[in-house]
This record gives sequence, C-alpha cells and structure tokens, in this order.
Amino acid sequence: MKSLEELRAIKAKMQNSVQLRGVEDADSVIRVVVGMATCGIAAGARPVLNKFIEEVQNRGLKNVLVTQTGCIGVCRLEPIVEVIMPTGEKTTYVKMNPDKVAKIVHEHLVNNRAVEEYTIGNADK
Amino acid sequence: MKELSLNILDIANNSVKAKASKIEICVTESKKDDFVSVDIADNGCGMDEQMLLRVIDPFVTTRTTRKVGLGIPLLRQQAIDTDGHFDISSKPSKGTKVHADFRLTHLDRPPIGDIASTVVSLIFASPDIRYIYKHKTDSGSFMLDTDQVKEQLGDIPLNEPEVITWLTEYINENLQCIEGGKI
Ligand SMILES: Nc1ncnc2c1ncn2[C@@H]1O[C@H](COP(=O)(O)OP(=O)(O)OP(=O)(O)O)[C@@H](O)[C@H]1O
Ligand code: FES
Ligand SMILES: [Mg+2]
Repeated sequence: MKSLEELRAIKAKMQNSVQLRGVEDADSVIRVVVGMATCGIAAGARPVLNKFIEEVQNRGLKNVLVTQTGCIGVCRLEPIVEVIMPTGEKTTYVKMNPDKVAKIVHEHLVNNRAVEEYTIGNADK
Repeated sequence: MKELSLNILDIANNSVKAKASKIEICVTESKKDDFVSVDIADNGCGMDEQMLLRVIDPFVTTRTTRKVGLGIPLLRQQAIDTDGHFDISSKPSKGTKVHADFRLTHLDRPPIGDIASTVVSLIFASPDIRYIYKHKTDSGSFMLDTDQVKEQLGDIPLNEPEVITWLTEYINENLQCIEGGKI
C-alpha cells in the first residue's frame, strides 16, 4: 500500500531534473493544448490529456508542456488538440483519441513531423 | 456523459474558472441505500440569484454550436433521469456547492468511471488549487488533500508527470481498498 511519504523519494530523485527544466531555454518549449470544455470532455478529451501526460513522462520529454484550455470552437471535431512549436507554428489535431496521441508524440513532438492525416485540414476527407 | 467522473471533471472546471483556491469533491456510493452522490464545493467567485436561476434552466443556451447541453443542466438532467436529485447553491464572492445523486441500480445511471483520472487531470491543470477529494463506500472511506501532498513534495511542482503518475496509482490503490469506483 502506497503512503504519501513515498513522495519524498520522488522529490529527492527529481530535484536535479527540475532544476534543469528551470534553466532550460524557453525558446525550445513545445506546447500541447487540449480543449477541455464540456463538449470536449464528453467527446473523450480526458483520456487524450492523460495519454499525453503519460507519453511525455515515459519518453522523458522535458521540453514539452501539456496544458488545457476551454472551448476551442468546433464541437463536432472534438476532442481537439493544438501543438505549438517553439517557432510559433501551430497544428490543430481533431477527433483525437489515445492511439492518435501516441503517434503524434512520436512523429511530431519527437521527430518534428506533423501527422497530416489527423489535422483539421484533413478532417472531412 | 458516459461516466460520472467526466461530469465531475466538467463541474470542477467551472470552479477553476470561478477562480477558486479550494475545491472539495466528495463521492459517496451506497449499495445499502441504493444511491451514488457527488458533491463539489468551491470558494470561487460564486453567482448571484439571478445567474443561479439561469444556469439551472435546462438546455437554455445562447450557443448554437453545441451538441450537448451546458455542464450544469447536463448533470442535473442525468440525476433526474435516474430518480435522483440535483441541487446547486451559491453566494457571490463566497463560493458554490453542487450536489447530484443518482439511484445506483437505475438502468440509465452512468458508471462512476475513471475517477482517479479526473482528479489527477484537475491537479495537473491547476496545481495551485487545493483539492480535497473524499470517497466513501459501504466498506470505508478515502481522502486525498493536495496540501498534504505538497507538504511532502516541498518545492517540486504537483504537476510534474512523475508525481501525477504516482498520484493516479495512489488513488486507484486506495479506491480498491474500499471497493470504490467500480460501479
Ligand atoms: N462553481 C461556479 N462558480 C461560479 N460560477 C459558476 C460556477 N459553475 C457555473 N458557473 C456559471 O454558470 C455558467 C454555466 O455553467 P455550465 O457549466 O453549465 O456551462 P459553461 O461552463 O459556461 O460551459 P461549458 O461547461 O460547456 O464549458 C458558467 O459559465 C458560469 O458563469
Ligand atoms: S463548445 Fe464545443 S468546441 Fe466549444
Ligand atoms: Mg462548465
């Protein structure tokens, strides 16, 4: 059975890496924004958000910042995720699910190639 | 919503938007008394009476883009549809309380679902808010207070992925102990 004291061990282990993150160049941060308004949540945004958190941890991607926002504006395409590269270039992914997250993390966040087939531009094709 | 835990996430997000610094989430399951209840209380900006009347009016929305009702009417409808009750009270600058209960054995009652996921999503998104999550069942109760988590972590942020993963496991283990969240 886990107890809260175990967090101290995590703390000790993390202190160094957190400091690293602190000095990291803000210019290299990739932002992942998940739409979490009522319609996004109803469409499955929560497992999408959690999959991003999990993948980012498993791969140790220190330059990826996962955040959430309210309404992104196109209910029928929810769950919607925006990926904003350090250059400011923004890609909007629609009808997301955890499997798509795994692919986007690998192709886009790690290898810097947007996954065209999941983008809003391809939504109705 | 497919799971009550998704309604909880949605309603608690209202509290986040209302600039609450403390949000309490209480889930009670009772097979004995045949109900599941959800209580969400915050100390955010609250609403005046006029606004309160407007938000409980089901499916009155000025938006045309939605396929589902607004968060509050949706939860209210789901509670009423399963022979349950809904209640909301609020005071400007004091905070808001939302209560919903459902008949546990009603065929249309959504499952509680992945409540740990909901709680950690909330913590992840707004680590500065103090979350108090209580879960009661016929066989016991569990409580998580993020202030106690912070006490252990010191200056490590609550929303570090590693901490979030640990918290998910912690919640799930404790729920298992009280046989919670499975219905
Ligand atoms: N806890 C709260 N504190 C203060 N105001 C609230 C609270 N909950 C709801 N409100 C008010 O009631 C309105 C309606 O809430 P509701 O959840 O039904 O829809 P919404 O939050 O506006 O949109 P959505 O949930 O679909 O993203 C909110 O916009 C807000 O003004
Ligand atoms: S209300 Fe559906 S995307 Fe905003
Ligand atoms: Mg809402």
